[in-house]
Amino acid sequence: MAGHSTYVPASGFERWLDSRLPIMRLMHDTMTTFPTPRNLNIWYTFGGILTFCLAVQIVTGIVLAMHYVPSADMAFNSVEGRIMREVNYGWLIRYIHSNGASMFFLAVYIHMFRGLYYGSYKAPREVIWILGVLIYLLMMATAFFGYVLPWGQMSFWGATVITSLFSALDQVIPHLGSAITSWLWGGFAVGDATLNRFFSLHYLLPFVIAGVVGLHIWALHVPGNNNPLGIDVKGPQDTLPFHPYYTVKDAFYLSLFLILFAAFVFFAPNFFGNPDNAIQANPLVTPQDIVPEWYLLPFYAMLRSIPQKLIGVLVLVGALVTLVFVPWLDTSKVRSCRFRPLMKQCFWLLVLDCVMLGYVGAQSADAALSLGGMQLPLVWLARLGTAYYYGFFWLIMPIVGLIETPKALPESIAKAVLGAKAKA
Amino acid sequence: MATATKPEPTRRDFLYLATGAVGAVGAAFAAWPFIDQMNPTSAVLALASIEVDITSIQLGQQVVFKWRGHPLFVRRRTPKEIAEARAVPVSELIDPVARNANLPDSAPATDANREFKPEWLVLVGVCTHLGCTPTVSTPQSPQGDYGGWLCHCHGSQYDVAGRVRKGPAPQNLAVPPYSFTSDTKIKVG
Ligand code: HEM
Ligand code: FES
Repeated sequence: MAGHSTYVPASGFERWLDSRLPIMRLMHDTMTTFPTPRNLNIWYTFGGILTFCLAVQIVTGIVLAMHYVPSADMAFNSVEGRIMREVNYGWLIRYIHSNGASMFFLAVYIHMFRGLYYGSYKAPREVIWILGVLIYLLMMATAFFGYVLPWGQMSFWGATVITSLFSALDQVIPHLGSAITSWLWGGFAVGDATLNRFFSLHYLLPFVIAGVVGLHIWALHVPGNNNPLGIDVKGPQDTLPFHPYYTVKDAFYLSLFLILFAAFVFFAPNFFGNPDNAIQANPLVTPQDIVPEWYLLPFYAMLRSIPQKLIGVLVLVGALVTLVFVPWLDTSKVRSCRFRPLMKQCFWLLVLDCVMLGYVGAQSADAALSLGGMQLPLVWLARLGTAYYYGFFWLIMPIVGLIETPKALPESIAKAVLGAKAKA
Repeated sequence: MATATKPEPTRRDFLYLATGAVGAVGAAFAAWPFIDQMNPTSAVLALASIEVDITSIQLGQQVVFKWRGHPLFVRRRTPKEIAEARAVPVSELIDPVARNANLPDSAPATDANREFKPEWLVLVGVCTHLGCTPTVSTPQSPQGDYGGWLCHCHGSQYDVAGRVRKGPAPQNLAVPPYSFTSDTKIKVG
């Protein structure tokens, strides 16, 4: 792990370079010989998949930016007319970029739930987790700015609703919130100035994300990977070199992921899209139902579940900020849910809860579920879901860790994987 | 430096602190232009007022104009609607103040404080929750329970004076600064 370099320069040039800029040594130590637990499963391939997604968004985004015009008059036509119909392969590049955002979030959610399940946020990996939360927040900001760019109805009204979240601050300090929204908009409403600055930020943030990903991986390479058993690596018998074992495993699952990605791009390119966004922005008419992109729906449901503006906004922000504290909320000494019978159930309930919140977030504000003639307003489901989300992190995590009796942990990764005859 | 007793502050300590303080103040001043550039430009601020002709608006009808990038509602209320709005006691309202830019901040949200002429209601069509445009309620297509407006985004409801009656919106729809320049024209902003 950190500190033990096994790099041997192979040529005169490499020796010369190594004593001036040891970049080959860095690559070798982090991507070739890096000792990696031998029991990593499919859920550990999503880090690599995420890196790939970021690269795809940057490459396709730079190409789109060559044809896109960030102005309220021209933006819609530059996307729907020029990029989609006139630019050679413009449709393909746009569909890769727009579906790429969804695939990116699919991967990041799997990656985050993986971390929760195997306790990867626990000491000594707290900083890795917190950097991950930061990346997630930056991704949401980037995707939000990007979604505004095609300047459809949902772009415009999504931008209006999200930026207006800040106006809740008026209820804390009068006029503060309104001052912030007009500063964000560069006007009295979302308009040309807003679109321009969102384009600038949409171009910038992915590179900031790339920087934080660098820190995330640097922090990972200090203690090394956690693993599905959640126990520490005891020696070389527990690990394999990253290359070829995990380079190939990552590449294999990346290929499967790309099949899914391509299926959306070629067979259902508008599956994640909203038909209202094929209508040019109209500041005078709000669409019947404002729905954010699917990856923001659970938080949107939380916002709508509260009938008071400021509290609603605080509940939404709090749900995200909560994630930062996870390393200290979990009191268990055992990392992996494989050995935590009670926590395992609570975890799967959380997954279900998030899916349910997502479903509720996609329905209209006054929708109800009819159960055998009874009308159950969905807002109550959202309240229940919000309560469980907060309860999971702030009550279940600390309490279950104290009262649960974990199952016996295996002696070592090698013993668990290779059987009793292996060296412990 | 291993010293057991706390050393006296030296000239050097003073210089460090003073340099740091000057640097911090300088950095704050240097940051301001980069923050302030995001505020509305002088050209945007200059475009702030419009004049609209209300001759063709029918009784019971609402027409939407555009003011400062926002929808501007001009609604010509029926006698029944006016009577309904006047009958609501201020104590029943979520937001008890008029939110009328033409009156003092503390004016109560009585119906009379929401307009210059009972028949003409002029409002900024921006839901005070998160900025959607509420849908107007008419006898043919009622929206919500208060006869005014319903915001589809998160379900806020407003009455026939544009006062919020059901959250999450915290405030009444704003009455913009305006005046009647003649019987058929109003100037907004
Ligand atoms: C973290 C990486 C990124 C994410 C999650 C992301 C997300 C998005 C999303 C959701 C859209 C709206 C797609 C649509 O509805 O058509 C979009 C549009 C756009 N993005 Fe990105 N993006 C990323 C990186 C980039 C980069 C690096 C650039 C430029 C250098 C870029 C340039 C654009 C442009 C020009 C558009 C408007 C054209 C369009 O709507 O298809 N993006 N982005
Ligand atoms: S914006 Fe009108 S209720 Fe939320």
